[in-house]
Amino acid sequence: MAEFKLPKNSTYKKGKTWAADKDATNIKRFNIYRWNEDDGENPRIDTYEVDLDKCGPMVLDGLIKIKNEIDPTLTFRRSCREGVCGSCAMNIGGKNTLACTIDIASYKGDLNIYPLPHMDVVKDLVPDLTNFYAQYASIKPWMQTQTPAPSGTERLQSPEDRLKLDGLYECVLCACCSTSCPSYWWNSDKYLGPAVLLQAYRWLIDSRDENTGERLDELEDSFRLYRCHTIMNCANTCPKDLNPAKAIAEIKKMMVERQG
Amino acid sequence: MSNTQRPTSPHLQVYSWSLEMALSIFHRATGVALGGGTLLITWWLIAIATGPEAYDQFRMAMGSIIGKTILLAFTFSLMLHLCNGIRHLFWDMGKGFDLEDTHRSSKLVLLSSVVLTLISWAVGYGMI
Repeated sequence: MAEFKLPKNSTYKKGKTWAADKDATNIKRFNIYRWNEDDGENPRIDTYEVDLDKCGPMVLDGLIKIKNEIDPTLTFRRSCREGVCGSCAMNIGGKNTLACTIDIASYKGDLNIYPLPHMDVVKDLVPDLTNFYAQYASIKPWMQTQTPAPSGTERLQSPEDRLKLDGLYECVLCACCSTSCPSYWWNSDKYLGPAVLLQAYRWLIDSRDENTGERLDELEDSFRLYRCHTIMNCANTCPKDLNPAKAIAEIKKMMVERQG
Repeated sequence: MSNTQRPTSPHLQVYSWSLEMALSIFHRATGVALGGGTLLITWWLIAIATGPEAYDQFRMAMGSIIGKTILLAFTFSLMLHLCNGIRHLFWDMGKGFDLEDTHRSSKLVLLSSVVLTLISWAVGYGMI
């Protein structure tokens, strides 16, 4: 059931403020969600004043500067710093995106940073993605075939069929879309969510995959697929400009079409 | 490992609203409101069948400021649910998913439900 309020252990309050050096003139305040399991306290919002004259342009640059120079206990995931790994997905300024590909300058006023919404928090900006990955595995995201492999060649695909995968294969599984979706917030135990459904569609329309029927059988469920109510948060927030809502609509169409 | 229960990260508390998101929850809310509105229609029909006294009661209640406000909300709920429902039919055909299209259709849904509400009230008052 939808629980609109945060549980008792999850409500947060204002925390510490880390003031910038006195000579800093170009200050941006980063308000960042903090929680660790060791002190037994509720989450808090710490404020870090960052001198933008001595900081790279992206939000991730700011986070790394804070961790390196102000507070080494700040914890977040990051790896490629160029939008291909999906590690630094978080809620920035009220919207989910990748910290590495978004400009600090695109935000006016204070910069509010939270973990991906409605997830179990492991520490600070690190959410527990176990369920998300398990859901991804459940759609069997690999090519399944019935026919024997052609000898001496790969399974070929026409350029037209290959084109159908554009807008799908680019997904980096950062979970921005799934954790922006209210339907996923209330039903992530049963609803697969936009990211996983987009990947399900990626295999459904791959001309080389031969298990389309079974894949659709697996998805034909009032929760797994049909909890999508086209709220559009997924497409509005995707840092790779993909459109999971449209992919889900295509799956729903396939469900109708196969009934003849 | 400590036994501390992991907190749930903030969601509705921090997520910024878009028109699409608002219309989605409005669609559900107006759907519920239409259920209530159907009771009003039932009351109206029962009042007609019961006789002049019962019908006068109904007219009194619905003719009051509160009654009219409820009727206006009922009309608007119907129009919003109708217009957004039509948008859902297009979505079910896989059309209108580009972000520019959804932003445009969101505004169109809002505007047309306001206009349709005004038109039906103008008709009701004999102005058209």
